[in-house]
Amino acid sequence: MFQIKNLCAGYGNVPVLHGVSLSCESGTITTVIGANGCGKSTLLKSAVGLSDVFSGEILLDGKPVTNMRENIRAQNISYLAQGKNVPDITVENLVLHGRFPYLSYPRRYRACDRAAAWNAMQKMGVETLADKHLRELSGGMRQNVYIAMALCQETDVILMDEPTSYLDIARQFRLAETMQSLAKEGRAVVAVLHDIILALKISDQIAVMENGRIVFVGTPEEILKEKIIPRVFHVDILPVLCEGETEYVYRKAEHS
Amino acid sequence: MKRKWYPLLLTGSIFLCFLIALTSLMLGVIHFTPAELFRYLFSDTNAPEANILFYARLPRTLAALLSGAALALAGGILQNVLANPLASPNVVGVNAGAGFGVTLCCALGFVSGWAMSAFAFFGSLLAVICISLFAKKISASKSTVILGGIALNSILNACSESVAVLDPDVAMLKSEFRIGGFSAVSYTRLLPAACMILIAMLLLFTLFHELDVVSLGDETAVGLGLSAKKYRALFLILSALLAGAAVSFSGLLGFVGLIVPHFVRKLTGNESKKFLPMAAVAGAGFVCLCDTLTRVIFAPYELPVGIPMALLGGPCFAVLLMQTKGGKRRCSK
Repeated sequence: MFQIKNLCAGYGNVPVLHGVSLSCESGTITTVIGANGCGKSTLLKSAVGLSDVFSGEILLDGKPVTNMRENIRAQNISYLAQGKNVPDITVENLVLHGRFPYLSYPRRYRACDRAAAWNAMQKMGVETLADKHLRELSGGMRQNVYIAMALCQETDVILMDEPTSYLDIARQFRLAETMQSLAKEGRAVVAVLHDIILALKISDQIAVMENGRIVFVGTPEEILKEKIIPRVFHVDILPVLCEGETEYVYRKAEHS
Repeated sequence: MKRKWYPLLLTGSIFLCFLIALTSLMLGVIHFTPAELFRYLFSDTNAPEANILFYARLPRTLAALLSGAALALAGGILQNVLANPLASPNVVGVNAGAGFGVTLCCALGFVSGWAMSAFAFFGSLLAVICISLFAKKISASKSTVILGGIALNSILNACSESVAVLDPDVAMLKSEFRIGGFSAVSYTRLLPAACMILIAMLLLFTLFHELDVVSLGDETAVGLGLSAKKYRALFLILSALLAGAAVSFSGLLGFVGLIVPHFVRKLTGNESKKFLPMAAVAGAGFVCLCDTLTRVIFAPYELPVGIPMALLGGPCFAVLLMQTKGGKRRCSK
């Protein structure tokens, strides 16, 4: 289980998160939603040491993540960053970097590393692009390759900062299916999403953030029942029955 | 590049570099045939010609090989760590920093090779710290980093000039040091720098994978379990060590660190374990070849090797700058 307890974190002396607590069970998808600048990305960054933790705890199966050696942490928690460089290397080589935490000197890839990379590429549907250079790909395909790299880490906890960026709608659905299959494998998936409808459809629990605090954590049904979305985002979300399935549509909130 | 071709390419390049070095030893005001060369090197070592070979030609050839390899590696590292294909030791002010260090060292009266190498290293380290802080603090675009480097170059060159004006003894450094050349190289100046370069190269060649991960960007590198800050600092120190040591005996040799990595990347791709060894060999061969040509073409006079380097490097830099189109296209590394 991945837990954040009463976390205060930020950058330098500037606090961004104020007393944030969140528990993510293995085998579940947790999405973090909130307006721009509310601290969603900082929450994920805190877990991998990219922001300064002032107080509180981040625990993985009861052990503090902040005390772990960097490679051990990366064997347990993978992190898909929001902003990424586009190095001039092949897709396969980038995905293979996901095995870096497992490599000891002289850092040579073993057969199991190559197999893990191939599996990750297949999961994200980029195996046919293995020999292509990253710079030859569209933004959406690059995003898929970076997600494959994170999957190649084979971690119990997967943190994704806006994984649907650059993805067309078909690939967003495919990513959602991948996230669900990862959860079925017993991993804890935590994703920052801007797409509230996608969050409602795939999440086991949703954490809603506002001004560096988590203002509500609950299942999608509870979020809708408590009318959290109109309060935080100033939009209404309406369920619509479509061919037997519940879909959602946005509407500008009446009181906004 | 396909995996099977790389060993062939590297072996061929090492052989070519060896041939260039032999040619460099043979050609000059006095030419040696291959047979004479081996005779003076290994048997008839007391002959006057052997003195020319041992005390003029050999240190000069070694200096050209070492400085070429060091500057090409420093350029390659800077390009990866600053994520900028336009970065090179002379463009971002690292060479100028080393030059300021050497000027200051001479002005303070320390003339030993060790002191010069140490001052050059600290000068280039100062420049590397300034440019990386500048790039990070203002989240500078790739072109802005280059502009910052040009500003840093001006400041450091002005500092060197000021020292030279205040201390006329330093003026002896002036012309060839600023252009870059090997006519004044001696073993006493070469040895300390060679030690620094070899140590930096040995260390660098154990960190190929780490350099590749650092070049993915801080956030991705940290996600993969690598302390990006620590390793970036280490790579910048290594680049300062390589460039500083090279400048301490070769002067402000420009553009090797830009041209060589750029062309080598086209052959080997960006994987450091292929790219860096090849860049070192290509840099060594390229500078040695240029130095030999400038000695032979204008014999009995010679042109400082920095001049053809600048003539070649300037247009290459302009082409690269145009390709980046404001640092946005084909420049995202």
